Amino acid sequence: MSDAFLSLDTISKRFSPKITLGDRIALKLGASVDTRSVHAVEQVSLTVRKGETLGLVGESGCGKSTLGRIAAGILEPTEGNATLENKPLMEEGRKATLRVQTVFQDPFASLDPRMRIGDIIAEGPIVHGLTTKNEAPSYVKGWMERVGLDPSFVDRYPHQFSGGQRQRVAIARALAMQPDLLICDEPVASLDVSIQAQIINVFLKLREELKITCVFISHDLGVIRHVSNRVAVMYLGRIVEIGETETVYQNPKHPYTQALLDSVPKLVLEDDTLVEFTAISGEIPSPLDPPKGCSFNPRCDHVMERCLREVPGLIPVDGEQEAACFLNQKEETE
Amino acid sequence: MIFASHTPFGRFARQFLESKIAVGAFLVVVLILIVAILAPFIAPQDPYNQATLSLLDARRAPGHVGSGGYSHWLGTDAQGRDLFSAILYGLRISLKMGLLAGAIGLAIGATLGILAAYIGGRVEAVIMRIVDLQLSFPPILLALVLVALLGQGETQLIAALIAAQYAYFARTAFGAASAERSKDYIEAANATPLSQVRIVFRHLLPNCMPPLIVVATVQVANSIALEATLSFLGLGLPVTEPSLGMLISNGFPYMMSGRYWISVYPGFALIILIVSINLVGDQVRDQLNPRLRR
Amino acid sequence: MTEPILEVTDLCTHFFTQDGVVKAVDGVSFSLKPGQILGLVGESGSGKTVTGFSLLGLVDPPGRIVSGSVKLAGEDMAKLSQKQLRQLRGRRISMVFQDPMMTLNPVLTVGEQIDLAIRAHNKMNKTQARELATAALTRVGIPDAETRLDSYPHEFSGGMRQRVAVAIAMIHSPDIIVADEPTTALDVSIQAQILHEMRNLARESGTALIWISHDLATVSSLAERLMVMYAGKIVEEGPTAAVLRNPRHPYTQGLLNSLPAMAEPGHPLQQISGSTPSLLALPPGCPFAQRCPNAQSACEEEVPLVQEGESAYRCHFPIGGTA
Repeated sequence: MSDAFLSLDTISKRFSPKITLGDRIALKLGASVDTRSVHAVEQVSLTVRKGETLGLVGESGCGKSTLGRIAAGILEPTEGNATLENKPLMEEGRKATLRVQTVFQDPFASLDPRMRIGDIIAEGPIVHGLTTKNEAPSYVKGWMERVGLDPSFVDRYPHQFSGGQRQRVAIARALAMQPDLLICDEPVASLDVSIQAQIINVFLKLREELKITCVFISHDLGVIRHVSNRVAVMYLGRIVEIGETETVYQNPKHPYTQALLDSVPKLVLEDDTLVEFTAISGEIPSPLDPPKGCSFNPRCDHVMERCLREVPGLIPVDGEQEAACFLNQKEETE
Repeated sequence: MIFASHTPFGRFARQFLESKIAVGAFLVVVLILIVAILAPFIAPQDPYNQATLSLLDARRAPGHVGSGGYSHWLGTDAQGRDLFSAILYGLRISLKMGLLAGAIGLAIGATLGILAAYIGGRVEAVIMRIVDLQLSFPPILLALVLVALLGQGETQLIAALIAAQYAYFARTAFGAASAERSKDYIEAANATPLSQVRIVFRHLLPNCMPPLIVVATVQVANSIALEATLSFLGLGLPVTEPSLGMLISNGFPYMMSGRYWISVYPGFALIILIVSINLVGDQVRDQLNPRLRR
Repeated sequence: MTEPILEVTDLCTHFFTQDGVVKAVDGVSFSLKPGQILGLVGESGSGKTVTGFSLLGLVDPPGRIVSGSVKLAGEDMAKLSQKQLRQLRGRRISMVFQDPMMTLNPVLTVGEQIDLAIRAHNKMNKTQARELATAALTRVGIPDAETRLDSYPHEFSGGMRQRVAVAIAMIHSPDIIVADEPTTALDVSIQAQILHEMRNLARESGTALIWISHDLATVSSLAERLMVMYAGKIVEEGPTAAVLRNPRHPYTQGLLNSLPAMAEPGHPLQQISGSTPSLLALPPGCPFAQRCPNAQSACEEEVPLVQEGESAYRCHFPIGGTA
């Protein structure tokens, strides 16, 4: 695609267990040592356009965070290329760009507990020459105001703040680096509902003001629908469906997306209605041992013989919408 | 309130002040430190100036008024040395050895442990296996062998003490750094990105300090005890610099003859010093241990 | 009308910390009928979890139930000794935690743990207990229950572990199960399974369920009655759908409005400003006043619970006006 800003090209990431000396001896002695690698991300190709927000949604272990870290330039893919406007995100195992910044999930862990808020926000910009030591206080003040923090808190430590305020600090830290692309990895997952709304609002406001491109990762389908223009649904390391958010939500084309949307509890406002909980049967398979063929086949209601043999690629369904399911191909050929 | 509760140190200090035992022990340690530093001004006698010693005063019981015209509150030893003065000077030497060995051991051990944890792979394997190997030896044995190899002297003794202790720091630093390294704030620093040196020294090291401080207090006490043991065995400092261990050793032959004070008072001094440091260390550990935190 | 199985009257659980008294639960009253599902909703620090712990007598120092009564089938639990409480726990009232590893011991097989749970209150031999354990696991939807009894907790997935915890809680068909965020740590597709199982279990065995959660949607699909807690107090209660359709307390309204589903995608959400007040320094009167859009000077005074049909709210200026 020509308008690609961030481009992930057939990315795979496998985590191999460390084989220690002890394991090697144990292997020699005939013990069984688990040497299987985790297939966290498998053959994912994805582009993010300038100015849009791409939502990355999926359940735990689907590889969305791993993919987010690859997009953030802090994890090297085992295979494939991750580039931002044709420049690699990583070089020699280190992040090679300042244009991508990340907001992490847990604001209690992502801020150095021994640093003052002001220093946390100013450190990166000073090191990389975006501001000087002398100008740092006013630079920091500006960013604190933008994320809705009282600038007089600049000398406080992270533990003096609530979760929501800490997440504002984390957002200020990322944005103070003046990135063009912001990766948000579950930024509201650990927050209370009312605080979650505040942080989403800060995000929406700053996204508008700074015209920033975003990848927003979440397990919460409601949050993703609210913030993203396009959405990619992941299951066991692969993207199973991608498209305009509203199209995907209203007309999901992959059985997993359909089932996932169905299993989200909805607010019930009628008396005496007995809501049927529609669960996806079975469990998410272990990424150590993914099923052959389509990884959703053990849980899918529409499983066909072909699904057990072949891995479906993303098939265009309708305009921009693509789904990795043979059901869609069948419709087309007939 | 003396300590502001919003800095990490202020919170720590406030909690520390709540434990009466720890505060008492801390005051004792501070008192001993002051007394040891000011020994030349406090002690009635320079115990190592042969000219001031008189054999007429040898082995006198506590309270004896000697030829110097002042009372020997803790008695005198076989050379007629005022024991109170000798203990003050002995504390000075013991503390110096303990603190030096602790500080250098901390620096070496922490560096090795943090590097092992941060770099990982081969570096980790080599450093940590050596450390493990060394931890499986009793430190006293290691120190004895080293002193035998290097010979006697202050530098040699400190080297032996460090060699016997650094592994504890390395192990602790490795454990702390391994845990901290995987935390999000380190990943956030990598995501900015900040340089490796900056991440290690500005982020990793300060967050590994709490457990290292705990180990440091315990290891200073251990170094003092180890040095006293070596001196007691005659493998410590030269006779010109008698530490507490040597004072105890010197008085040992007279124990049975009823002149208990020559050994017992330096022994008390040593016990008070070590116990106080350990009590402070215990409180620090309790406060920094998240499992025990209220 | 059936007699309530649980009656909580003016329950106060306070924590006596070095920094002052934390009134985690401050005057909570409610009752529960057999087989009823009650949703207890609140954010972190609202006191919902402490309420659950108080019902089982599981509050540890420096916390203490300072006043109020918890009557289980007419018997006041506050007057019971620790030993008598242990007799009740697991048999008459039991708990399911957010993290199933709170109940499960990692070094025992699941079978051994269920066996311990069974024989703590029932005299029976190993074979009988094993049969009962197999039945219990089958009931919560664990396939191949008989062989799974010999597995250790770590060999189960998160969802399966939570099922085991539910099975253990259900083993003596207690009168009440207190479930504290039992599905929060689970994926949505697994959550629906657990919700389904628990509702069926409650219906079949007549066990009443107190479902503690921060998630309004889950509670709305499960609970008949809803209680909303804020800063240790119940601010609103009533039949779930009625409360959610027509919230009277501004906090309930605020919670509902802050859900992303309540706004057009991409548009700002209606947020509650500020953050939860510290329980150490609660303002006098309504604890929500500082964050409330409708607050007036009267809100600095103590707010009584206003009954309105089957519902009740604690607000001087309820949404929609006073009746």
